[in-house]
Amino acid sequence: MAANLTLLTVMGVLYACGIYLLLERSLTRVLLGLMMLANATNILLLATGGYAGLAPLFIKGVAVEAYNDPLPQALILTSIVISFAVTAFMLGLIYRSWLLSRADEVQIDPEDRRVAQQDIYDVEEDSVIAPDTSEFPAETGTSRKKTRAGGRP
Amino acid sequence: MQIILAVHFGAALVAPWIFPRLGRRAFYLLAAVPAAAFVWLLFQHGAVYASPAGAPAEVVPWIPQLQLNLAFRMDALAWIMCLLVLGVGALVLAYCGRYFKDGDPGLGGFGAQLLAFAGAMFGLVTADDLILLFIFWELTTVLSYLLIGYARARIGARRAALQALLVTTFGGLTMLVGLIMLGQAGRTYRISELLAQAPHLFAAGSPTAGIVNVALLLILVGAISKSALVPFHFWLPGAMAAPTPVSAYLHAAAMVKAGIYLVARLAPGFSDTAYWQAMVLVLGLATMLIGGWRALREFDLKLILAYGTVSQLGFLTAVVGVGNRDAALAGLALLLAHGLFKATLFLVVGIIDHQTGTRDIRNLSGVFRSAPALGVVAGIGAASMAGVPLTAGFIAKESVYEALVHVAQERGPAGILVLAAGVAGSVLTFAYSARFLWGGFADKDKGMATVFKPVPGAFLFAPALLSVLTVVYGLWPVPVDSWIAGYASLFPAEGEVTHLALWHGLTPALGLTALTLAAGTALFLGRSTVTRLQDRSPSLGSAEAAYRGLVNAVDAAAIWVTGRTQRGSLYFYLSVILTTAIGANVLALFLGRVPLPDTVYWVDPGSPVQLVAAAVIIVGAVAAARANKRFLAVLMVSVTGYGIALIFALQGAPDLALTQMLVETIILVAFVLAMRRLPARLRERTVGSHRAVRLLIGAAFGLTMVCVALAAMGARTARPVSLDFPNLAYTGGGGLNIVNVTLVDIRAWDTFGEITVLASAATGVASLIFLRSRGDRLARAATVQSGSVGRRQEAGLRNDDGALATARRFATVNRDPWLVAGRTLAPERRSIIFEVITRLLFHSVIVFSIYLLLAGHNLPGGGFSGGLIAGLALTLRYLAGGRFELAEAARASAGLLLGGGLALAAVTGVAPLFLGGSVFQSAILTFWLPVFGDIKFVTSTLFDIGVYLVVVGLVLDVLRSLGAEIDEHEENNTSDEDEAELDDDSLEVARGR
Repeated sequence: MAANLTLLTVMGVLYACGIYLLLERSLTRVLLGLMMLANATNILLLATGGYAGLAPLFIKGVAVEAYNDPLPQALILTSIVISFAVTAFMLGLIYRSWLLSRADEVQIDPEDRRVAQQDIYDVEEDSVIAPDTSEFPAETGTSRKKTRAGGRP
Repeated sequence: MQIILAVHFGAALVAPWIFPRLGRRAFYLLAAVPAAAFVWLLFQHGAVYASPAGAPAEVVPWIPQLQLNLAFRMDALAWIMCLLVLGVGALVLAYCGRYFKDGDPGLGGFGAQLLAFAGAMFGLVTADDLILLFIFWELTTVLSYLLIGYARARIGARRAALQALLVTTFGGLTMLVGLIMLGQAGRTYRISELLAQAPHLFAAGSPTAGIVNVALLLILVGAISKSALVPFHFWLPGAMAAPTPVSAYLHAAAMVKAGIYLVARLAPGFSDTAYWQAMVLVLGLATMLIGGWRALREFDLKLILAYGTVSQLGFLTAVVGVGNRDAALAGLALLLAHGLFKATLFLVVGIIDHQTGTRDIRNLSGVFRSAPALGVVAGIGAASMAGVPLTAGFIAKESVYEALVHVAQERGPAGILVLAAGVAGSVLTFAYSARFLWGGFADKDKGMATVFKPVPGAFLFAPALLSVLTVVYGLWPVPVDSWIAGYASLFPAEGEVTHLALWHGLTPALGLTALTLAAGTALFLGRSTVTRLQDRSPSLGSAEAAYRGLVNAVDAAAIWVTGRTQRGSLYFYLSVILTTAIGANVLALFLGRVPLPDTVYWVDPGSPVQLVAAAVIIVGAVAAARANKRFLAVLMVSVTGYGIALIFALQGAPDLALTQMLVETIILVAFVLAMRRLPARLRERTVGSHRAVRLLIGAAFGLTMVCVALAAMGARTARPVSLDFPNLAYTGGGGLNIVNVTLVDIRAWDTFGEITVLASAATGVASLIFLRSRGDRLARAATVQSGSVGRRQEAGLRNDDGALATARRFATVNRDPWLVAGRTLAPERRSIIFEVITRLLFHSVIVFSIYLLLAGHNLPGGGFSGGLIAGLALTLRYLAGGRFELAEAARASAGLLLGGGLALAAVTGVAPLFLGGSVFQSAILTFWLPVFGDIKFVTSTLFDIGVYLVVVGLVLDVLRSLGAEIDEHEENNTSDEDEAELDDDSLEVARGR
């Protein structure tokens, strides 16, 4: 089939700018990047529909090839509305992040950093514990050294 | 057999509900399950021994595609194992009824696990399918993990449980590989069939010989890990962190015997495979010596028994693995005797621990005088363990010696070595048996007698019964002999058949027994010398240390890898992901034969104006990427959005153009609402090389996508399915708008999924802003003072106090002709023109949205665009009259709209099922109405109404959350000070309404 280079160029530019924004730390830019990616994908879908044609409103006697392909259109319609919902959700996230930390950026995850710097020593696995010599240490006084739990991890 | 299994697991499932009612007495109830099964087992004796080939079997297909069957078979070996599993299981469960206290935490779960364990062991020994056997095998592993870790609060118990799990799972997985190799080589997973054809499988020259040899090696790794043989022996003493009844059952009678069972099960067919003898004999006897030696060093009674068990398990594995008739008889005789005496001894230790609070032999003294009955029971058990005449242990050890003497005669020096190791191990066994008895019960010279509470009869019942059986077996071994004969006959007879007996005459075996008793006594009497020798002998390096080192190495590797890959930076992750995506696609484009489109063109003859829109979009996109003001960037993205709407319109997609326009508009409003507090400038935070990398990745990705798109379009060869859509829509869907019919009828499932996502996203937005609830109840206008919302406090406004006063007078009138809640706004925030326009437009827009919804089936429009238009009307009301106006405009809560819409769509989908159709099937109804005339109604319109409601709910949620609720956050920040300023008139106005 034939490909429309104009549409594909627009798509390529939107993808490029979208990715460029997506790789930024600012949450607002990330969101704008996502929106552009969604738009680019819609254009991609539209391009697969081929040449411009009649609006897909059924008229008796018109050849089916004369319409612009309705299937990509249905997919795009779904995509537009879903992107709207996702955008609204992201806006909620951005607002909450601002409210909590006065920051509009993707933070470096401190938990990940902590994992990376974690010590190999683990209390649960590596602490030295005295052997138990009874399951009933508290009931009579004969057992001298009681070895209760070494602390929860 | 399946019924027995089902009863065990069923009872285990309900057990946790029994314990809260009955307390520890529930253990007696649980004990009844294996006890009843034991009685059933005794009645099976006749059927099992009727003929060697015709053992009772049950086969139920489970997953036929994988040749996996629920195959069970009760032959002599299985029957003997079941005696131990069910008999000891019942006794141990009954013993638990006195061992634990009513209030012990997690008792219900514990009882359930113990009973389920008995069931799993029963399944393990009766399974006649390799995979089924493996399933039960791993089930025992998991249950033993839970049972060992019963004392969850103790770090030692948790660690021991994990260690046992890791070691036995390692063995289990190795075994699984071996089982699969064996099953594939023999083309069946049925154990009985494999054993029948065993000699052919590994005969020299057979194509499967190599595979079967290795398979058996791997299976043995599983067996020795389960039975705690060197080098896996360390997990068993560690597992003594389990409650003592668990140790008695799992680590004496049942679980550790699983490995020996497997060896015994496979020995008749496979004991001559390449690695079998070496592995079984060397590791078995080495384990026996190491375990016995270690047992002489321990001070904890339980650890003495644990190392003793390790030692005995090595011995058993070696004897059972020899693979001839005598050894089979001797091995199983010892297996039964060991089950009896080791369970007895563990239960005795449990009683000592329970009554005194210690198991340390340095603290115990004079226990025999306090509890002579307990001492007698323990004495019988220890005597049997040591092999003293008149006990089961003597009978078994005699026959073992008999078998080993034969081995020595047949195999020359190696055989003599085996015999010598067996005797040496038995000497150690005698010595630690004596040490156990002395340490647990004797009067020590230093210190007073340990305080010992009297032992109730019910507590002593289980070990006492076991010791009675030990003596009966020792005096009258004939029944045991006949039971085992059924298994031993699987091996070819060589010479005369030996039997278990109390008196064989003056044989070499008897001499060896005498030697064992004498040397063992000497070793015990010289125990102080032995201790000194042990302290002086160099440590050979412990297997446990090796295990710890291995685990630590794995930990270190995991931390290293995590540190290199989990950097915590989204930028890093995305860069890796995107680079991979680019690389993979580029590679595919270069390597694969990529078809390209026949023709490419720049100008579409049907829409040349597209070029202009394209230029606008490109400029907008680049500007958005470069913008450093927040709203400028947002606007630029909107420009691309509107440009795309134009392209849609030119391409012949009016529905898309309409929807895109509406969405862009609402998104713009949402952006402004959500970001009003954020700083205007967008600071550039990535600099230098990062920026270059971003540019590079972005450009490369864009280019890749162009190539992918070209390749995808070039690859198209088939006729598009969508060419059928026009006719489908018209005849099947009863509509002219093909896109709309596609959404609500042809691809209704897709749309249903989509509106579900919309509802979740809307709920997500609401919960992010409202936090505690969905906030469905917005405050109504009647509760608010006039002119109170959003008053300005800036000093600059003080200059035109007069104007403000006039405005306030105007704003606090009772009636408001334009908007219901307009009066709630502070006068300086109101715009009379805006209010008038809103008043004029709102209802028309709503009517128009309903028109779009209903006409959408035949003309551009539909639920999506209709819902968005209605959402825009609400937006208008909110912007003109504030949040109370929004509450007045949308009386139905957003949650109700979302839920109602989803429910309506779902009902439209399901209803046809009840009318004999398929899901989402539509019907065309034609009828006549008075005013409207002839009506053609397609039921999928109802689905579209559901979509409409969901979209309205989504927009409403966005307005309520990002608009109204954030308004309130803002006001709470500033309103504290101006509350005092509110004049009383306005309060009265509010009350008057």
